[in-house]
Formats: sequence, structure tokens, C-alpha cells
Amino acid sequence: MMIYKNYISVLYIDLSSKKISVKHRQDLCEYLGGVGVASKLLEENIKPQLHPLDENQPIIFAIGAASSIFPVITKTVAMFYSPLTMELGESYAGGRMAMTLLFAGYDAVVITGKSKKPTYLTIKSNNIAFKDARALWGLCTDETGRIIRERESGEGKRSILRIGPAGENLSSFANVCVDTYRHFGRLGLGALFGSKNLKAIVTIGDQSIQIENFKEYFKVYKEIYKKVTETKLMKKYHDLGTSVNVLPMNKIGSFPTRNLTENHFEYAENISGEKFAQKNLIRKMACTSCPVGCIHIGQFRREFDEGYEFESVNVAYDYELIFALGSYLGINTTDAILELIEKVEQMGFDAISTGVVLGWATESYKKGLITNDHTIIPLKYGHVKNYIKAVEYMAANTNEFYKILSKGSYKASQKYGGMDFAVQFAGNETPGYHTGYGSIVGHTVGARHSHLCNAGYSIDQSMEEFDKEKLIEMIFYEERERCILNSLIICLFARKVYDKNTILLALNTIGYNLTENDLTTIADKIYKTKLKIKKMLKFDLKNIKLPKRIFQTPSANGKIDENLAYELINLYNKKLEAYLNTDL
Amino acid sequence: MAKIIKADGMNKCIGCYSCMLSCSCINYKHHSLEKSAIKIKTSGGLSGKFTSTVCVACKDERACLESCPSKALEKRSGGGVILNEEVCIGCKKCVSACIVGAISFDEESKKPIICKHCGICTKFCPHACLRMEEVDDDL
Ligand code: SF4
Ligand code: SF4
Ligand code: SF4
Repeated sequence: MMIYKNYISVLYIDLSSKKISVKHRQDLCEYLGGVGVASKLLEENIKPQLHPLDENQPIIFAIGAASSIFPVITKTVAMFYSPLTMELGESYAGGRMAMTLLFAGYDAVVITGKSKKPTYLTIKSNNIAFKDARALWGLCTDETGRIIRERESGEGKRSILRIGPAGENLSSFANVCVDTYRHFGRLGLGALFGSKNLKAIVTIGDQSIQIENFKEYFKVYKEIYKKVTETKLMKKYHDLGTSVNVLPMNKIGSFPTRNLTENHFEYAENISGEKFAQKNLIRKMACTSCPVGCIHIGQFRREFDEGYEFESVNVAYDYELIFALGSYLGINTTDAILELIEKVEQMGFDAISTGVVLGWATESYKKGLITNDHTIIPLKYGHVKNYIKAVEYMAANTNEFYKILSKGSYKASQKYGGMDFAVQFAGNETPGYHTGYGSIVGHTVGARHSHLCNAGYSIDQSMEEFDKEKLIEMIFYEERERCILNSLIICLFARKVYDKNTILLALNTIGYNLTENDLTTIADKIYKTKLKIKKMLKFDLKNIKLPKRIFQTPSANGKIDENLAYELINLYNKKLEAYLNTDL
Repeated sequence: MAKIIKADGMNKCIGCYSCMLSCSCINYKHHSLEKSAIKIKTSGGLSGKFTSTVCVACKDERACLESCPSKALEKRSGGGVILNEEVCIGCKKCVSACIVGAISFDEESKKPIICKHCGICTKFCPHACLRMEEVDDDL
């Protein structure tokens, strides 16, 4: 059930026939919401035998079981068939989307088919429109947003999703930009938009929802609000933001540098969260209904012409971007990182994958696997101007090399060699935590191969004595727990605020009637659905080949032994097989 | 002493909408952006500044009140007005009379949404953009 209703309201949009329908699905209530509902809808609609970018593949969006009406419950989930990993695609974005879908009256949206001409969609309560986007095709994310903003109504209560040239040209790690500063970043949702000729979506939340249990609800709301704003639990996310991690990660030797040839960056001080705050930070922002405000906006000055012609440019930054578009490429000033971030944003690429892909290309160039004939311009660590050009070439598919590069480091290294130093896990480029077995196993076994699946990197930092079984247990536990957080959909930064009790308290004041046992049952259902989809797409942990580089460059916990890493993955796989065979 | 809301710290606004959600929650018992008497918007997309629109608590002469044909608006001590919903006929005259744009119209209840300077929103603003100011009772 969803907030005060006993059904999940699913909006189906077919871009080919321009048909829409809304179904009230009671049967989906057992999946709670968010990732649960989205997984089920993906399972129902995916076509395993067809390519991920076939027009018949679905894009699923879902909001959660308590979206927007409690603090920091801000995310929308997207699920799809990932063109990057060729298996389960799952990605989250904040911004305003969840609130606008809630107030438009839709818990989930399923988009299939392909429009004949570039289109954008507007989604309101009782009104879905297909609009001409031909003139927008080819435009960067910024311009697209501006034009739509000026054309459409709903100022202040709408959300605008759009892709850039990267998505149009089907890059496997193209993202979808949400409200300028948030994204469905990883695993290539942008390419699915591109493959459907879908340039943008505007969601407008113009309805209200009557509160049924005002007293109880407000009491719990206040409690959670207090916990978020008056305790230390979330302070760091507002203060310096996640970039506070640059120095500590660097210090312990977990900060991937120059294509992970090193685990720390000698210029880390120059690109630390503190440095960004001193030199570039101009404001902080929040997703709607989040009083924390972790979005950090940095400003840099760009000279666009001779004769002292400058403009100021504002972009959002955080830890992952500083690692991927900073240390990983040997870029050592805050201004240069911001300039590269801006290009990546405008073209509509996932920032992490872009950095890691360019890291691979730089090393391949150095080693002579590729030459100027491929790269057009030389790629060298620290040379930000050339990286900016390379990002443009990738987005535009300027030549065969850049086209293949835009399919990810795995595909590029299949063709040009250098697989050993293409640092990806099951096809997804590495996040910025080289902490030890926890991170490596976590990324590999995580349902979407992200550091957010199970936070293996944080287990590495908290586990006092290395213990194989314990590590596997902890990763498994976290992976399953997060199915609950992701079905409400709580921002993972607030995971310490929302313990099980708080979750139950919140849900049970808005019409649910759940116990802790119920939550466990639901978590199992969701995790198993995801695992089933992976199986359906022929994903098998037994076939994973990890890049040698992660075993060559020491982690925070020393050198990682290759055999042991595979042994751990194998252990996890066995655990999953047994788990899948237990009854629901 | 009477109090009025002052939204003079908007340069600090992070756009969390907690103020709007708390206003509609307490005053109208709805989860809603529509039913909030304070409205947060951006000027020029999200890269622009956040602005707020809310009653500025006019004293002496209140345009909204003057425009009301059914005497549904009453002077509020300290500034602004109090809406008497029973008497309001939903004509929307006050909406256009207020040049601040502080009055919106709730199409669901067919009544205007007008700030009553209760201060709830200021308690839920995490960044001290909104505050209550003490003013002289003027009635
Ligand atoms: S609603 Fe507008 S006209 Fe009426 S008192 Fe407030 S600011 Fe003045
Ligand atoms: S002072 Fe009260 S009525 Fe006015 S905007 Fe704030 S919460 Fe709403
Ligand atoms: S509560 Fe404060 S920070 Fe949040 S939107 Fe309202 S004025 Fe801005």
C-alpha cells in the first residue's frame, strides 16, 4: 500500500503509440514501494532476449512508501536494463522528482516504446502530454533545462529530467540530469532515454494529500526533524559535504590516483573539501523535504576571450567527483576540477565512469596501445584542457575510438587491450574507495556494482580483525537492509537517522500496519526479485574477472590477494544460491 | 506584543521546502505545496537564488481587506489579516489585490490561502531564513 491508499498507482506510457494508462495495483503493495515496486515492474516488463537499448525495453521510475512527507526521504529510483553492465540497472536521484510525482498522484511510471521524433513528456495529475523536442536534440543539459523551464508551468513544484548529447548518442554511461544538480548517474539510464528519442520529462506535482492521522503524524515528523537537524548524525553532510572525505581517504591510502597506479595523491591538500570550501563554495542546496542541504555548489571563473573577458560558472561537487575528475586524472586544482565537472555535466555523462574511462585511456596512451590517431589530442594526467576536449569527442562520437570509449572501460579495453588496468567491476567503473576486501567484494557482489549497494568500503574501515565469514555476513546484511531504505526511499546519508524503529514509527503513522518481521520479509522479497532479474539476464558471479590493477596497488588494508578476493566472491555466491533456494 | 513573520534571510535558503510542508500540514492538515501560505521559488532555475513569497503584514491600509466584498478579511493586530472562511465567498478579489502576490487560491476548498503569521514555518526552517519579529499591537 502507498500513503493512505491500498494500491500502487502505476502510470504506463508507450512512446510508440502515444498511449497512456493508469493502473491501481493492489498486488504490488507487498513490495512496499520504491525499489521493491520498481524491481517487480522491471521483472514484468524487461525483455531479456533483446538488447538493452531495444525500443521495447522499459524504463521504470518509482517513488517510495513515505516519499517526501518525512525529512530526508527524497529519492526516486530508476530501474532498467543497463547497457553498461548488460544486466540489472538501478539508479537513484534526489532533487524534486519524488515530491512532484507524489503530488501528481503516481507511485511508479513505466515507459516503453520509442517516439518517431525527439519528444519530451509532461506528467501532471490527469494530464500526460507528448511534446515536440526536435529543436532540443543536440543541446546540452543546461540549455535544455532553461528552454523547458520557460515553456512549462508549475514553477517551484516541478522537476525537470533531461539528457545531454551523451544520452542521445547512446553512451553506455550517459546519465539523466534531474533539476540541474542531481542525477540518475550510474549505469546508463541516459542511453535508454536516447534510444527512445526521449529528451526530457517534466513532472508537475499539483495535488494535495489529506493527512489522516494528523496528531500522530506530526509528532513523529517533529521527532525525526529534530534528530536530523539537532544531532550530529548528519552534520558533516551539510558542513563540508562528502568532500570532507578527501583528506582521510587519502591519508589511509584509499584515494584512487592516476588510474589507480597510486592509492594517494600528493596534491590532495589542494583539492580537499576544505580547499573547495575556502576557494569555490558559494552556496548549499537541498532536495525537497531535506533540511540538511548537502548539495555544495562551487564557482569558478572562466576566461572566454582575450581582453579580460570572464564569466562565472557554478557547478555542484562532491567526493566522488573530486576523485573521478581530480585525483584519478592527476588534476590538482579545484578550479580545474570544476571546469571538467561542468563539461561532463553539460554533455550528460556519469562523472565517475567518465573519470575512470579517461584514466584507462590515459594509461593506454602512455603505453602506446592507442595513439594520436585515436585520441586526436594527447591524453596526459593533469592536462585538463585536453580532457575537456576528450569529453566532447566522446559525447559527439567524433571517431570510432571515442565512440567505443563512450561504451565504457570494459568494452574499450576489449578492443584496444589494457584490460588489467581498466578498473571496473562487472563492467561498472570503480568508485573512489580502494579500502580493501570489503570494497572489492562489495562492488562485485552488489546488485548494481556500486559502493552504495552494501558499503563494503565502510566495513573495511570499521572491521577490527579481518574475518572472511564475518565480512560476507556483513555485506549480505547491508545489501538486504538497504532494500528497505530504498523502498521508502530514504537518502542513504540519513541511514543512521532511520533505524528500524524509526522506519516503523514513520510508516505506521501514515496508514501502514507493519512489524519488524514484515520489514524483513519485504527485504527478502525485494532482494530476491533483484537476484532473479540478474539471473534472467545471465549474470553469474562465477564469470567475474577483476582487473589486475586492484591487486597491484595496495589498499588501505595493504595489498589485496587475488586468490582470496575470488574466494570471498565465491563464498558470497554460495550464500546467494542457498538464499535463493529458501522459500519466501 | 504581536508578531509577524519576516523572510529576510532568504540568501541562506537551501530550498528544502520544510516551511511549505509544515505550513500546509499544521494549518490545512494536508501534505501539500499548494496549501502553503509561504511559497518558495527559484529566480532563474535552480542555479538562481531562492525567493519566498509570503504576506508582508501590511499595517493601516490592507489592500486585500479593502477588496473583499463580503467582509471575510479582518485586520490582524500587528499587521496582515485574518480570514473568516465561513464568510468568504471565494471570489478571488483578494488574490489580485495583494500586489506582493502573497495570496494564492486553493481550488480544492475554493478559499484563499493567506498567511496568519502563526510562525510554524519559522520553526521548521533549518537555515534561519525565516524569523518572527515583535511589533506593536496596532489595533
Ligand atoms: S495579504 Fe497582501 S495585501 Fe494583505 S496584508 Fe498581506 S501583504 Fe498586505
Ligand atoms: S507564518 Fe504560519 S501561516 Fe504564515 S506562512 Fe508561516 S506557517 Fe504559514
Ligand atoms: S525552510 Fe527555510 S531553507 Fe527551507 S525552503 Fe523554507 S525558507 Fe528555505
